[in-house]
Amino acid sequence: MENPIIELEGLTKSYGSAKAVDNLSLKISRGEIFGLLGPNGAGKTTTILMMLGLTEPTAGLARVCGVDASSNPIAVKRKLGYMPDSMGFYDDMTALENLMYIGRLNRIEEHELITRAHKTMEIVGLGEEMHKKTSAYSRGMKQRLGLADVLIREPEIIILDEPTLGIDPSGIKEFLSLIRRLSKQQGLTVLLSSHHLHQVQQVCDRVGIFVGGRLLVEGDMETLSRNLFGEESYVLQISFREPAPPSGEHIEALKALDVVKQITIDKNLVEVSCSEDITPDVVRLFVQKGLNITGVRKKEFGLDEIYHRYFENNQKNNISNGKSAGLFQRSFFKRNNA
Amino acid sequence: MESPLVYFKGLFSKGITHKGLGQQKAESPFRAMTRKEAGDHVRSWRFIVMLILIALTFLGALYVSLSNISAATANINDPDRLFVYLKLLTTSDGTLPTFHVFISFLGPLLGIALGFDAINSEQNNGTLTRLMAQPIYRDNVLLAKFCGALIVVSVLFLCLVLLMIGGGMMITGVLVEPGELLRILGFVAMSILYVGFWLSLAILLSVRFRNAATSALAAIGIWLFFTVFYRIIVNLIMSAVLPSSGPLPPEDLLSYNNLLLFLLRLAPSQLYTDAATTLLMPSVRSLGPLTMEQMAGAIPSPLPLKESLMIVWPQVTGLLAATTVCFALAYYLFMRREIRT
Repeated sequence: MENPIIELEGLTKSYGSAKAVDNLSLKISRGEIFGLLGPNGAGKTTTILMMLGLTEPTAGLARVCGVDASSNPIAVKRKLGYMPDSMGFYDDMTALENLMYIGRLNRIEEHELITRAHKTMEIVGLGEEMHKKTSAYSRGMKQRLGLADVLIREPEIIILDEPTLGIDPSGIKEFLSLIRRLSKQQGLTVLLSSHHLHQVQQVCDRVGIFVGGRLLVEGDMETLSRNLFGEESYVLQISFREPAPPSGEHIEALKALDVVKQITIDKNLVEVSCSEDITPDVVRLFVQKGLNITGVRKKEFGLDEIYHRYFENNQKNNISNGKSAGLFQRSFFKRNNA
Repeated sequence: MESPLVYFKGLFSKGITHKGLGQQKAESPFRAMTRKEAGDHVRSWRFIVMLILIALTFLGALYVSLSNISAATANINDPDRLFVYLKLLTTSDGTLPTFHVFISFLGPLLGIALGFDAINSEQNNGTLTRLMAQPIYRDNVLLAKFCGALIVVSVLFLCLVLLMIGGGMMITGVLVEPGELLRILGFVAMSILYVGFWLSLAILLSVRFRNAATSALAAIGIWLFFTVFYRIIVNLIMSAVLPSSGPLPPEDLLSYNNLLLFLLRLAPSQLYTDAATTLLMPSVRSLGPLTMEQMAGAIPSPLPLKESLMIVWPQVTGLLAATTVCFALAYYLFMRREIRT
């Protein structure tokens, strides 16, 4: 990473004796979508506030576009659009007026403002509803208006704090694809914080897992799962119409392959763990043996697994980190049961 | 601009029409905020209620003084009888207090109403985070809140007083003297300053307390303390301090009197009433006791405006200082605050 647009060096924030953010170092390069992932209370919002210069770090440095955020917050805020997790609007103004007010605070010239506001409302899909009062807006619409708020300023970086909170599933999908599209079209750098694993997985180029104020790991999804699950990073699930034979020459043939680590057979489902992607070979082998394949699915390790794995390791290391670990556990198990 | 194409379409149609008007400069964020605050106040119900209340007391006070104006201006013993418009503001037959007395206890209410939820309501609605994420200075937010409300108050007072002068001209047919006009404008400025003090106190409380109801109650508590209890407490203190036995020598009497005045003047409403009385009654020569030697040879005539201003200057300074202290405290608390909802 030669030209990081966000640079955090040893960033620390303590409230009394409790450390909300503990010696965080992170680099995010231009045009990237970075997912900051962690349970509630992990220090995600505090980190974001420090990048914006809204909170002073106890130690360390946050540099955005090469500017120190705590000593020169205004310059940082000119380049950076921030959408807080609970967004408020002036209820007695229409959505468009709300947006134009933000435009004025950013010194957008009056004659340009109205065109830009209309255009931004169209982009986020609120073109029809822009003259409604924001008090009549639904949660999802407010979230979109929040994005419009950020976009009208034409920032270089967008920081979204829990952007999908409280939107219905189809809304989330739309919202995330909108963010992804905008990022690709306009070369925006996006920092997205969430505790929703699947959503982050859908849009982010890179993720950082953040627990108890510390960044446990960062990297793209593939590297993350490779590091964690090591050898068994590809799992192939093949289902057959008839119950699969528990043994036989094809299973033997599979086992003979170097990269195959493990084969489990459960009725008409065969699971093959391997260290390389050998899907075509396996399928060809089964077809040649005359078996009726009804489905082939490559099982990728989701953030759920990654999250869980890291959490386990982390818990072993410090059980003392009571609060966040507890929250973490709860939020994880809730997901698991659901 | 990241993507000129996105904004291209509208620029052609709109941009050309505006070029004819000349390039407008983008207004500063501070002005935009002040404008919004003032607009919000004008449209808010609580301001309309306060407006009606103040307009009614004004009309009531004016009605009483108009019905007594001929008697007041005909009173030969009164050196101020020639100032018809000042008389309009200060004459009363005892049924209703005069306008400046009304303002001395309604003004605080106005200031509190406009300021008690300035910061905390924004914080509770989540708009403060949104505002702080914009490239604006934090102190500008506070200052815009203060200025926006103060502009509204100034316009209100100016309108009332100018209406009064206009109405007085229609009814009496007497032209207003320049000195008189300046005194009335001075009184308006004093009233605005007085409301400004309560406004900055209310803003301070709105920064300090997260809950709007708490800050409103605290502000009203302070107001009640100064309007009702403060005088009682001062009286209690004075009766405790004063020796009970026998008549006092004049020097002691003077010093006790000064102590009493000093204590009373710690209340902002006393400062305001003192200043308003001096400005509106040109014959008032001193706000403290005068000895016989000082009075000897003095002709009971109205003071020139400059002399009256000299008398109220300490009051003006005191109110200004109190306002500034409240504002500075609010600023101090707000700048160090971590903004999150």
